[in-house]
Amino acid sequence: MKRPLLLIPAIVFTVMVVLLAVGLNLNPREVPSPLIGKPVPGFELSRLKDPQATLGSADLTGRVSLFNVWATWCVSCRAEHKLLMALAETGEVDIYGLNYKDDRDAALRWLQVYGDPYVANAFDDDGRVGIDWGVYGTPETFVIDGEGVIRHKVIGPLSADIVNERILPLVRQLNSRG
Amino acid sequence: MTPELGQFALILALCLAVVQATLPLIGTYTGSRQWMSVASTAAWGQFTFLSISLGCLIYAFVNNDFSVTYVANNSNTLLPTIYKVSAVWGAHEGSLLLWVFMLGAWGVAVAALSGKLPAVVRARVLSVMGMVGVGFLLFLLLTSNPFERLFPAPLEGRDLNPLLQDPGLAIHPPMLYMGYVGFSVAFSFALAALLGGKLDAAWARWSRPWTTVAWVSLTIGITLGSWWAYNELGWGGWWFWDPVENASFMPWLVGTALVHSLAVTEKRGAFKSWTVLLAITAFSMSLLGTFLVRSGVLTSVHAFATDPGRGIFILAFLCIVIGGSLVVYAWRAPAVTGGGRFDFVSRETLLLANNVLLVIVAALILLGTLFPLIYDALELGKISVGFPWFNKMFVSFMPLLIVVMGIGPIARWKRQDPAELAKHLRIAFIVSLLVGIVFALPMLPGASPLAGLGIGLAAWLVTSLATSLADRLRHKRGLAAVWRDITVQGRSYYGMVLAHLGMASAVVGVTLVSLHGMEKDVRLSPGQALEMSGYTFVFEGVESHQGPNYRADRGRVRVLRADEEIALLQPEKRTYTVQTKPMTEAAIDVRPTRDLYVSLGEPVGGGDWSVRVYYKPFVRWIWLGGILMALGGLLAVSDRRYRLPARSRHGVEAGTSPAGQEATG
Repeated sequence: MKRPLLLIPAIVFTVMVVLLAVGLNLNPREVPSPLIGKPVPGFELSRLKDPQATLGSADLTGRVSLFNVWATWCVSCRAEHKLLMALAETGEVDIYGLNYKDDRDAALRWLQVYGDPYVANAFDDDGRVGIDWGVYGTPETFVIDGEGVIRHKVIGPLSADIVNERILPLVRQLNSRG
Repeated sequence: MTPELGQFALILALCLAVVQATLPLIGTYTGSRQWMSVASTAAWGQFTFLSISLGCLIYAFVNNDFSVTYVANNSNTLLPTIYKVSAVWGAHEGSLLLWVFMLGAWGVAVAALSGKLPAVVRARVLSVMGMVGVGFLLFLLLTSNPFERLFPAPLEGRDLNPLLQDPGLAIHPPMLYMGYVGFSVAFSFALAALLGGKLDAAWARWSRPWTTVAWVSLTIGITLGSWWAYNELGWGGWWFWDPVENASFMPWLVGTALVHSLAVTEKRGAFKSWTVLLAITAFSMSLLGTFLVRSGVLTSVHAFATDPGRGIFILAFLCIVIGGSLVVYAWRAPAVTGGGRFDFVSRETLLLANNVLLVIVAALILLGTLFPLIYDALELGKISVGFPWFNKMFVSFMPLLIVVMGIGPIARWKRQDPAELAKHLRIAFIVSLLVGIVFALPMLPGASPLAGLGIGLAAWLVTSLATSLADRLRHKRGLAAVWRDITVQGRSYYGMVLAHLGMASAVVGVTLVSLHGMEKDVRLSPGQALEMSGYTFVFEGVESHQGPNYRADRGRVRVLRADEEIALLQPEKRTYTVQTKPMTEAAIDVRPTRDLYVSLGEPVGGGDWSVRVYYKPFVRWIWLGGILMALGGLLAVSDRRYRLPARSRHGVEAGTSPAGQEATG
């Protein structure tokens, strides 16, 4: 066999390594939501704290807001809860919640124990509304502008970096425009 | 105290691995026998310390030592003891420790069983294995220390992922790792041969049993994994083309090619350079699999804790091991080429075809697995390559492979008269064609062209194996003579027959379950019944039930056939107390020709449940195929000739090799 031919495996491998090195810096879990740039899906659910009242898509228009999908059975939701509390305290943005496939009593206890950063929560008992929002794992957080259009989606728990570098700048930009 | 002991043992193992990697290799160049003989002592020492380390981790798990982060994250006081032990390899750090332990075990096995090898070869092989060990031990100690302490220690652990609380999962990873790591032996033999520039039939005979044992372990590991997924995931599927599954399947395919290519190198001295490349590739695929699983570059249902730091480490390690060995290959391979000549129609050509097909399939799976990554890296967007692509690829190449598999064992080495071959296989061909046509006939219920193709190919495998066996029974008079003919064949021949029959079994299973499997997803009220494939499933409602570390809703489904009850299935939906993750535990009624599979979905109100019912014809045949292949491999390894000293080799070969037989007969 000719020597140059024997180099082929090494060359193929080099190409692959470059590719994998690039791949390491990408996040495969970051799937762009088809909902971005679209109005929030229509829904109307009973509120968590006040089952008689409802929370719906109409409540999410008019002001820039965050829409946070969470549940008491979700460990990562607990991880991001402190950040949500801190964010709510700044008063920079309204946070609405979707309590997803949860138990009402457990959820109320959670808010009592860990604090309630939400303006209001919709209680999505059977996860129907979650399906319309394309929720495939909790927590998920959507940024919604004043016209009720979804601008951004974070899958997985929020971190200080995500809040400071992605969410807050976007919220400020949307606020200054509207 | 014990965790620290475990960690010190790991560090000592690393030191010994460094010794094992360097001194013997230097010794082979300076010609110092003493330096070379350090190899096996170091291998034993390394293995001893790795055993201590693994023992310490098991001890920490069994005794609920939650001051160890890894234990706190993956165990719980309520976890049954068997799962406390298997939880040791339930997540990244521990499974890596198991991996290194296996590597140490293989090293010791080589040191103990290679007494007949020339000292230089043995030193080189062990030294290459030492290098691999250094890499993995560094990875373990620097990025994934299983003994890291947690302060303050929690009172209770976070429990093992409920998905992994299954007997199949207790043995699946060790088998799989045995296979992955086992290819490191073939790899080390290949590199030793390249370094020494000496690659002959003896080399191939040394590598063969090691490669086959690794291949057998991988086969069992994959089979168990598939069986576990079927039992535990509640989707009724047995293969998902998930990146992690592909990561185990690619080394298997390449390993299969290697097993066959080694046969040619041993018997005919041909394909040397190619065999070496395959040995390097098989192990590289195992390492690449590790990288894909642990680095988080791909999404997968196998949610391992991923960490880019680890990814960079493994990538660097890949560069050194694979890149380095491929460079050595390009540099040294010209020294090992040459070998027996053969005609276009010969067993060599057929085995080459088998190799090429297996490698093509492996390459396409690699491409499919990496495609989302390529797409993303080139900023073309996000895509996923799913079932249809892989299935189409597989269905296009496997039939070719099976056709070749039928002819290969019958053809002669070196030169085969095509007309004679055709005459030999005439009956087998006609029979399998007829079988294929019967299963393709449109008037038969459930028949289709694809079923005809699949069953026809399986028939082809069986009939051609029967032809091969009949060919070998030359004395057709008298039972005693036939018996003598049967017993004179070497175990490696029967190993081949068994493994190929396993393939036939898997083909039947895959064909029938893919084409005729039924699946229904329905809402059932208590007392309501569902008809499927001639079976009646009566849903009798759901009751609560308490397990050791979970709470379960247990459904009762009575299965009737022609008004006669044949089974009571009790699928469960479990909620584990600590991880509060809902788990479906399917209930399966097993018969050789079909499985009835019921799993509970969600409660939909008023005592109604969504229930999934599957009819899976011949699904067991897939795993039976895996078992047969593994048994075939074991039978081949137990062949006498691997245990005989090299000098009597010719005498042995005449008794076992088909070429020798046909030449004398």
